[in-house]
Amino acid sequence: MKPRFFMQWRQPAVAAAVSQEAAGSAPPASALAPAKGHKPVHQGLSDRALAWLFVGPTIVLLLAFNIFPLLWTIYLSFTNFRANKPNAEISWVGISNYQRVLGDEAIWLNMRTTAHFLCWSIVLELLLGFALALLLNRRFRTHSFWSTAILLPMMLAPAVVGTFWKYFFEPQYGIFNYIVSFFGGPEKFTMLGDVNLSPWAIVLVDTWMWTPYVMLILLAGLRSIPPYLYEAAEIDRASEWTKFWRITVPMVMPFIILALLFRSIENFKMFDLVDQLTNGGPGSVTELASIHLKREAFEKWRTGYASALAIILFVAIYGMSLVTVRFLDKVKQR
Amino acid sequence: MSKLKSTLWRTLAGAALAATALGAQAQEKSLTLCWAAWDPANALVELSKDFTAKTGIQMKYEFVPWPNFAQRMLNELNSKGKLCDLLIGDSQWIGGAAQEGHYVKLNDFFDKNGIKMSDFMPATVTGYSEWPKKTPNYWALPAMGDAVAFTYRKDWFARPELRAEFKQKYGRDLEAPKTWDEFKQVGQFFQNRTIDGKKVYGAALYTERGSEGITMGVTNALYAYGFEYSNPAKPYDMKGFVNSAGAAKGLKLYKELYDTVTPPGHSNAYMTENLDAYKSGQVAMQMNFIAFFPGISKDPQVGGEKTGFFAIPKGDKQFAQLGGQGISVVKYSDKQPMALEYLKWFAQQSVQKKWWDAGGFTCNQAILNAPGFDKSTSYAKVFLDSMKMVKDFWAEPTYAQLLLAMQNRVHDYVVAGKGTPQAALDGMVKDWTEVFKEDGKLK
Repeated sequence: MKPRFFMQWRQPAVAAAVSQEAAGSAPPASALAPAKGHKPVHQGLSDRALAWLFVGPTIVLLLAFNIFPLLWTIYLSFTNFRANKPNAEISWVGISNYQRVLGDEAIWLNMRTTAHFLCWSIVLELLLGFALALLLNRRFRTHSFWSTAILLPMMLAPAVVGTFWKYFFEPQYGIFNYIVSFFGGPEKFTMLGDVNLSPWAIVLVDTWMWTPYVMLILLAGLRSIPPYLYEAAEIDRASEWTKFWRITVPMVMPFIILALLFRSIENFKMFDLVDQLTNGGPGSVTELASIHLKREAFEKWRTGYASALAIILFVAIYGMSLVTVRFLDKVKQR
Repeated sequence: MSKLKSTLWRTLAGAALAATALGAQAQEKSLTLCWAAWDPANALVELSKDFTAKTGIQMKYEFVPWPNFAQRMLNELNSKGKLCDLLIGDSQWIGGAAQEGHYVKLNDFFDKNGIKMSDFMPATVTGYSEWPKKTPNYWALPAMGDAVAFTYRKDWFARPELRAEFKQKYGRDLEAPKTWDEFKQVGQFFQNRTIDGKKVYGAALYTERGSEGITMGVTNALYAYGFEYSNPAKPYDMKGFVNSAGAAKGLKLYKELYDTVTPPGHSNAYMTENLDAYKSGQVAMQMNFIAFFPGISKDPQVGGEKTGFFAIPKGDKQFAQLGGQGISVVKYSDKQPMALEYLKWFAQQSVQKKWWDAGGFTCNQAILNAPGFDKSTSYAKVFLDSMKMVKDFWAEPTYAQLLLAMQNRVHDYVVAGKGTPQAALDGMVKDWTEVFKEDGKLK
């Protein structure tokens, strides 16, 4: 039963069609299509006005908080503006900020660090996420509890996770050293203070936090595979490995690529977790591009230069996403 | 009935208006003081009650934790915010704040009210008030004298068995170190030692990477072996001064200390981390700003007779890194006359005396040079000695870029172990030259 005002608001022909539908008979297609030359009679707003009413605020917000800052950043990237010199004149410097960014050795080091973090964390998250998804896809007795428990890390704020793990890795009283030594590892080592270990500490924490997210996506993928495919394979006496390799993996592949896309974008711009955990140190070994950007923009106040760097990073993320989406389309078309 | 209603509404509206007016009046008679959130700020809250009692001006406070202090306050100034009427800002900010017009210039006010800069310790006037340096242009009143120094576990140093072992090993008494070589020996002596069943370490040094920590620590060792920010005869001429052989020796020493006397994992430590390491009984010695020493003296675990204090040790020379701040009137404040009234009150000698007694660190010479001052507290002598040998980091408007460049170069060498001390200092000259060129100070 539709509310009365709903019926009144609709065009008479549509209302009649809806009534017909409610009565059990299919409405004629012409009833739902707008009649030629017929001027809709509304008691309230027109369709167009209503559409603007819904979409308008979103467009205004989008322009105010996304498009305008983006255009402003593009403008600033061609100037020598510094946010700590609000009274100084802004001069146009052409592409020199871009030249400086691309010629800066430190940026390439940061990009290499970012790539290292990105690759390893995504590989580990996909492997572990897939394994967990396969496990939880078998409906055992307590699987609901475990599904929820596994999801807990991703529900925490990255800054909180960073702070929490910093204490966890603390060599004097952190539990991480205790666990490692319990299993026969060295008694005291400094995970965050060691140049060789600290990049892995970040990969480890990110994997801990975001594997459940990957698992969730892949679990959805596993649940979407029609059971008859496995039944047919069983009739053909296919082995477990064949079923996994020939059915599961291809069917889940779009979801894997989707997870890869989401995690790549997120990890490329990862900031708060690393900021809390190592703040880019020791030395500069964990200084990701995003950390470097923050230092340039809000500590060194080189706003124009930082804007150019932000645009370059934006283009890199956009390009990476575009390639992944194209790949995803190809996989889906197979 | 309607008449009664109307009367009621009128009464309520009148009361609301009166309340708003009173509120606005109360608002008018108040000042907001911005500073870092630490022990001296609490002392200032207590002290300022006298100001409120005398003038009727209410004091409000915006205290920001140290890790966010610079960013929060510099954002406030750069956006011409009206949050702070008075700001106790770091010494390095003075150049930028003066150049960008964030602070009120105080020369006329000082002259009119008989406030003489000669009443304050010269190093603090140069460090906290002047821009350009060594010129009589004042943008702040020296408020909080501070420098880097050390605390040490006097009770551990007094243990007969440790004293005997130390004497046998080094041929001298186990005392607070006076030179950097002695410091290294004492630190290494305590490193990985077990005291009262607990493993302890030599010293907590500044190693923080993100803001200014390692710079505030390493400069003490650099100054000791001849590091200069630039040629005294030619400003911004840094080659051979920043990266002199002596400076490289100082940097190498600091790395050696980091490697051999600090606790494991002490790779990103500044004021709070060092306090934690010391108060929890992990280290025999702690580098920190003297402003924290009253709190340590009162600490139930390590306070009283358990702790002693010593100034930055000597190398070829002896200098301590300046900390501390001046108090300035913010240009964007609508309450500048009241804020200036606060400065006038704060500059009085009687108030400065109370400031010291409350746990603040006065810069007033008459109080500092008064007989018996050095014995007034357990850390008074260290404060006096340190303030006579302070040096400050660049206070240029571009100080943030200069600072972060040094942070990166030094942390890369000392903590991450990349390259050589000479390469780190050469890199610093390169970075700083670029900053000064960009700023138009160098061609």
